[in-house]
Amino acid sequence: MSEPSGNGGALVIVDGVEKVFHRGSEDIEVLKDLHLKVPAGEFLALMGPSGSGKSTLLNLIGGLDRPTRGTVSIAGERVDELSDRRLAAWRARHIGFVFQLYNLLPVLTAERNVELPLLLTHLSKAERRQHVAAALEMVGLSQRAHHYPRQLSGGEQQRVGIARGIVTDPTLLLCDEPTGDLDRKAGDEVLNLLQALNREHGKTIIMVTHDPHASARASRTVYLNKGQLTNEQMA
Amino acid sequence: MKFAYLIWSNLRRKKTRTVLTLLSIVVAFILFGFLSAIKQALTGGVVLEGANRLIVRHKVSIIQLLPQSYQQRMQRIAGVAAATHQTWFGGIYQDPKNFFMQTPVVPEEFLDMHPEFVVPADQRKAWLETRTGAIVGRKTAERFNWKIGDKVPIKSTIWSQKDGSFLWTFDVVGFYDGRDKNTDTTALFFRYDYFDEARRPGWGKGQVGWYTIRVTDPSRAAEVAKLVDAEFENSSAETKTEPEGAFVQSWANQIGDIALITASILGAVFFTILLVTGNTISQSVRERTGELGVLKAIGFTNAQVLGLVLAESCLLALLGGIVGLGLAWFLTSRGDPTGGLLPLFFFPVHDVLIGVGLSLVLGLVTGLFPALQAMRLRVAEALRRI
Repeated sequence: MSEPSGNGGALVIVDGVEKVFHRGSEDIEVLKDLHLKVPAGEFLALMGPSGSGKSTLLNLIGGLDRPTRGTVSIAGERVDELSDRRLAAWRARHIGFVFQLYNLLPVLTAERNVELPLLLTHLSKAERRQHVAAALEMVGLSQRAHHYPRQLSGGEQQRVGIARGIVTDPTLLLCDEPTGDLDRKAGDEVLNLLQALNREHGKTIIMVTHDPHASARASRTVYLNKGQLTNEQMA
Repeated sequence: MKFAYLIWSNLRRKKTRTVLTLLSIVVAFILFGFLSAIKQALTGGVVLEGANRLIVRHKVSIIQLLPQSYQQRMQRIAGVAAATHQTWFGGIYQDPKNFFMQTPVVPEEFLDMHPEFVVPADQRKAWLETRTGAIVGRKTAERFNWKIGDKVPIKSTIWSQKDGSFLWTFDVVGFYDGRDKNTDTTALFFRYDYFDEARRPGWGKGQVGWYTIRVTDPSRAAEVAKLVDAEFENSSAETKTEPEGAFVQSWANQIGDIALITASILGAVFFTILLVTGNTISQSVRERTGELGVLKAIGFTNAQVLGLVLAESCLLALLGGIVGLGLAWFLTSRGDPTGGLLPLFFFPVHDVLIGVGLSLVLGLVTGLFPALQAMRLRVAEALRRI
């Protein structure tokens, strides 16, 4: 399914986006004329089979990659037009990422990992500590602040990843298969946390997932197949 | 500073690898310190003082003697303020390993020519009054525990006395200190009049080893050198006049071109260290491709990632450099390890600072390529490599 243009107060507007990867002489079209709007405060799940373009779309929305054609606007700003340097600064200010494999730095403690995005702000050391403590408190890991990733379970590591994603209070939280590497119980804890962030703190979340159980927690689920939106389902 | 723990944590990631790399850098800088000290010992002795002094030696070789009568002719040359002479004595005190230089000199002329040798007035007076008197550098006096009034027997390998004996006895009448750290205080100077009179007739009598002349204007030293050599041209003992520094250098060069040897060894060592450290940093960056992608994803700019990797390599090289230079300083501070062959053996502060600069350059050079790699990393691609 493709949405027409027209913003209607949406936070995220993906308009006529195409993404083509070049492998040697071969062009691989991953996204085709894709339109999507995500209102502020929504918890959106992106589902689809492997290779359908879910992660590519998430990367475009998060400013990690640029569309071949079309536009991506977040909170009224054309992300696809920003220079690399401005894009990095924009990401630091507006986007929180949560990855499937947590992607914590193994040499840093939980609190140091959470603090990383704050190093790019002008906050003082004391202010950074306050923000880190609040984020860890929110994910229920205050008592694990001084532990290294290897000393934490998978679920705990992902919660630290979420704390890192929200510590700067970003406009948008992007989660790429956040429960993909977790067992059901730990996955549920992470989903509960994401749902709470959306419902209680009004955080706008876009989550890529394979798992219908995970997408069931979202307020809306859109389906991608072969680079196009094919279906949509409200919770 | 807020990134410091991140840089430090990355270095601690593979402790064994970091420590081994650090050790290789430390060893390189210890070697750098020792080679600097050796170079200083061989060439640094008179460079500072010698700006206004020239050495006149036999054109053929330093071991050929020059007539003592040259002194007056030199003093008449325009631009020459003073001239004095010395002769290599080649003496041994007790054991050939106890090497230090001895030369016969004309005391007043000599001390006037060499203000860097500081002798107390009473000892200077005693030297002038004692025909067999000698003044000894502080280092050698302390080394052999000599006191004023001691009689020191020295066996010359070149000069015999009238009775055929090569053993000469000198009365220690004074000690001299160096005005600067750079001054060699290991030599023994005794009186030329005693030497010339006592040595076997027909064995170099009336002849001297070399002359030291002081020029009135250091900027005209080259011109004066030409005039001196021209004065003795076509004589039986033609001269070669050169700056004191060059003279010392030519002494040192008897065992090879010190600068070239030093540069070659250091070049080889640092090239190896460059490869070792460069490889370590490159490997470390390759292993962290995904993490660097995460940093970029959360907002680190390309320049910040470049800075982080460069800071890491610079910190590693600086740490190794400072530890190595510190150890070299400590090891060389104990003085001449040869027992007298290298009297000015020390690690000059100037070279320590060069060493610190060198370690920073090492860090920048080894880190540059991996840092550029990290900087150019595309975020989405890096995240896919996790």
